[in-house]
Amino acid sequence: MEFWFNDMHTQNVQLSIRVEKQLFSGESDFQRIDVFESPEFGRFLASDGSVIFSEKDEFTYDEMIVHVPMAVHPNVKRVLVIGGGDGGVARELTHYEEIESIDVVEQDKLFVDVCRKFFPANACGLDDPRVKVFYQDGLRFLRSRMDEYDLIINDATDPLGHTAGLFTKEFYGSCYKALHDDGIMVYQHGSPFFDEDEDPCRAMHKKAYRSFPVSRVYQAHIPTCPAGYWLFGFASKKYHPLEHFDKKRWEDRGIKTWYYTANLHVGAFMLPRYVEDLLEEEENS
Amino acid sequence: MNLNDQKRAPIYEALNRFRKQRVVPFDVPGHKRGRGNPELVELLGDKCVGIDVNSMKPLDNLCHPTSVIKDAEELAADAFGAAHAFLMVGGTTSSVQSMILSACKSGDKIIMPRNVHKSAINALVLCGAIPVYIDPRVEPKLGIPLGMELDDVRQAMDENPDAVAVLVNNPTYYGVCSNLKAIVELAHARGMQALVDEAHGTHLYFSDMLPMDAMTAGADMAAVSMHKSGGSLTQSSLLLLGPNANQRYVDKIINLTQTTSASYLLMSSLDISRRNLALRGEKSFEKVAQMAQYARDEINEVGGYYAYGSELVNGDSVYDFDVTKLSVYTRDIGLAGIEVYDLLRDEYDIQIEFGDISNILAYISIGDRLQDIERLVGALADIKRLYSKTPTDFFIAEYISPVVAATPQAAFYAEKESLPIRETVGKICSEFVMCYPPGIPILAPGEVITKEIVEYILYAQAKGSSMQGPEDPDIRYLNVLVKGV
Repeated sequence: MEFWFNDMHTQNVQLSIRVEKQLFSGESDFQRIDVFESPEFGRFLASDGSVIFSEKDEFTYDEMIVHVPMAVHPNVKRVLVIGGGDGGVARELTHYEEIESIDVVEQDKLFVDVCRKFFPANACGLDDPRVKVFYQDGLRFLRSRMDEYDLIINDATDPLGHTAGLFTKEFYGSCYKALHDDGIMVYQHGSPFFDEDEDPCRAMHKKAYRSFPVSRVYQAHIPTCPAGYWLFGFASKKYHPLEHFDKKRWEDRGIKTWYYTANLHVGAFMLPRYVEDLLEEEENS
Repeated sequence: MNLNDQKRAPIYEALNRFRKQRVVPFDVPGHKRGRGNPELVELLGDKCVGIDVNSMKPLDNLCHPTSVIKDAEELAADAFGAAHAFLMVGGTTSSVQSMILSACKSGDKIIMPRNVHKSAINALVLCGAIPVYIDPRVEPKLGIPLGMELDDVRQAMDENPDAVAVLVNNPTYYGVCSNLKAIVELAHARGMQALVDEAHGTHLYFSDMLPMDAMTAGADMAAVSMHKSGGSLTQSSLLLLGPNANQRYVDKIINLTQTTSASYLLMSSLDISRRNLALRGEKSFEKVAQMAQYARDEINEVGGYYAYGSELVNGDSVYDFDVTKLSVYTRDIGLAGIEVYDLLRDEYDIQIEFGDISNILAYISIGDRLQDIERLVGALADIKRLYSKTPTDFFIAEYISPVVAATPQAAFYAEKESLPIRETVGKICSEFVMCYPPGIPILAPGEVITKEIVEYILYAQAKGSSMQGPEDPDIRYLNVLVKGV
């Protein structure tokens, strides 16, 4: 029997993953969630037909979205994670002893429940006593927060779907307001390669660049993402991702990683010319 | 309302039957199910162009309904508690105008609040009736026109016992309702017809928690914008008749100006939307009201804004308030409503219904989701953080009471000249000036131009309001009457 899952990366390009069996299918107020078992990517979760993460490659963005800012900011105590109901980001954060609290805001309880059941290696991150999960809309949670966090991680991935509100000027503005004076916000910046992804990617940089004094972009290779190529945004009120990067301090921690290294940290900010160009265009527009 | 009957949608069902018959078209429209215009099919899709067809035996004819359109109209009448319902395809403008043209002839007087939609005054240009305006009360802080006070209506009727009709907005754009039932009773006691502009009131028919609708109040006719809160396609509308209206005469009036090629896209959208409202409307509007209330609470929590609701109700000029409306007063953050409107669109990719000098109005409907409300509230909070200024007081009241020196028709057709706007003070205007939306005239044909009105126009323009009406699109010039009338 041939059983394939197709993720439409564009109207004209799809990623096909051979599936052994479907483990779950359910619908919440926000999305349809499916979980599959596959020979190549292990278990993976799809939201409205798009792969959100797989066992095989989730370490990439969980590490990249956590260790990059953590190796820059000298003293992170309070962290806010928006989205991230799978627990992977929280899991990486729990490696850092100086962190006192991790607030995870995930509007879709079904998403958390499904991850707890099928992805315990990620969801274990939510069991740390410093982690508190809020089932709320991210924008609403942020509205009343002022000067409260050292680090905000926006783990939502889709600027067009049900998390569209987390890619808006008002979201970046609310994050700015909720951060301390030396706070950092990192976010999923999408993929710039295919034509239909380019505009949302540009728009994100334009908004972040105008909302924060420091706004840089870094990259990673993630096979289940469109074109296998993914960007992250680093927006900050004070710290520069390279100038304030403390390589020795991070290496001394001895955190076990599979993707991130202190060398890769610097390299990740070296972008292809076409990406540099489109980001610069948005900065100057 | 018979709920079992309401499950039917005769026009929609007839179109589905028609689609399956694969009839070969040797009639108009010439695109022939889209084959002659592939680019249009690319834009609208096969399904859409496939039912863009002409009137024919199985599909009835809007000009003289005898089968499926007649059935659809009867179902609509039943759903809205009316004696008869006309499907309208020329926007609610056509419904309002048919209502007025049915009630008034040349020289007849009609009592109406000055904050009527331009379509009502345009009807007076067409038929030559004379408006007797009632000044709506103005909320002093918000600057919004309210409803008519009952004493004002009574006085206008006493002073003009020969008036043939009264027109009422139910509700206004901002959600304000007059005491409709009492006004209808006053009118009927004097032999006047009660006409109701319900362009913003479709949903009133499907909820017990909302203000009273025109048919329940006993009105003779009501123009209902199905395409606003009712969910049908833009430009589709309903004209409802009460038990005493003369259906045959209204039908004749409608057919004076109505197209003979009514769009089946519009008519089927009315049919389906009516069914949806009848079967699910009550639940939907309960949800809309809850969302609007949530938005009001959250916006007021942000501070600096005032999202107002039923606390405005005062028993007379605000007899009732439509809580599905979300209007927000913005002057306390030092920004005009129109400035907030522009910021929302240009900086936050949020399109709201309109902004006036002091308020914005966001339209909440059955198509909204809570996460979109969060975006709107979040954007307003961010606008306050980034753009707020020290509040200044410019114009307290938006509404300037007009002096009517000529009937709209006489002024419209009189000999006129074009003058620079600042030189028009004291002259009689021959054209409309309005901000659109909301489309309520600042000046109407036949009204005397005053210094305050000119200043108001220039101020609204400077704040970025989109102005319409005059021949000169930049409104540097206005057409005025050469002689008095």
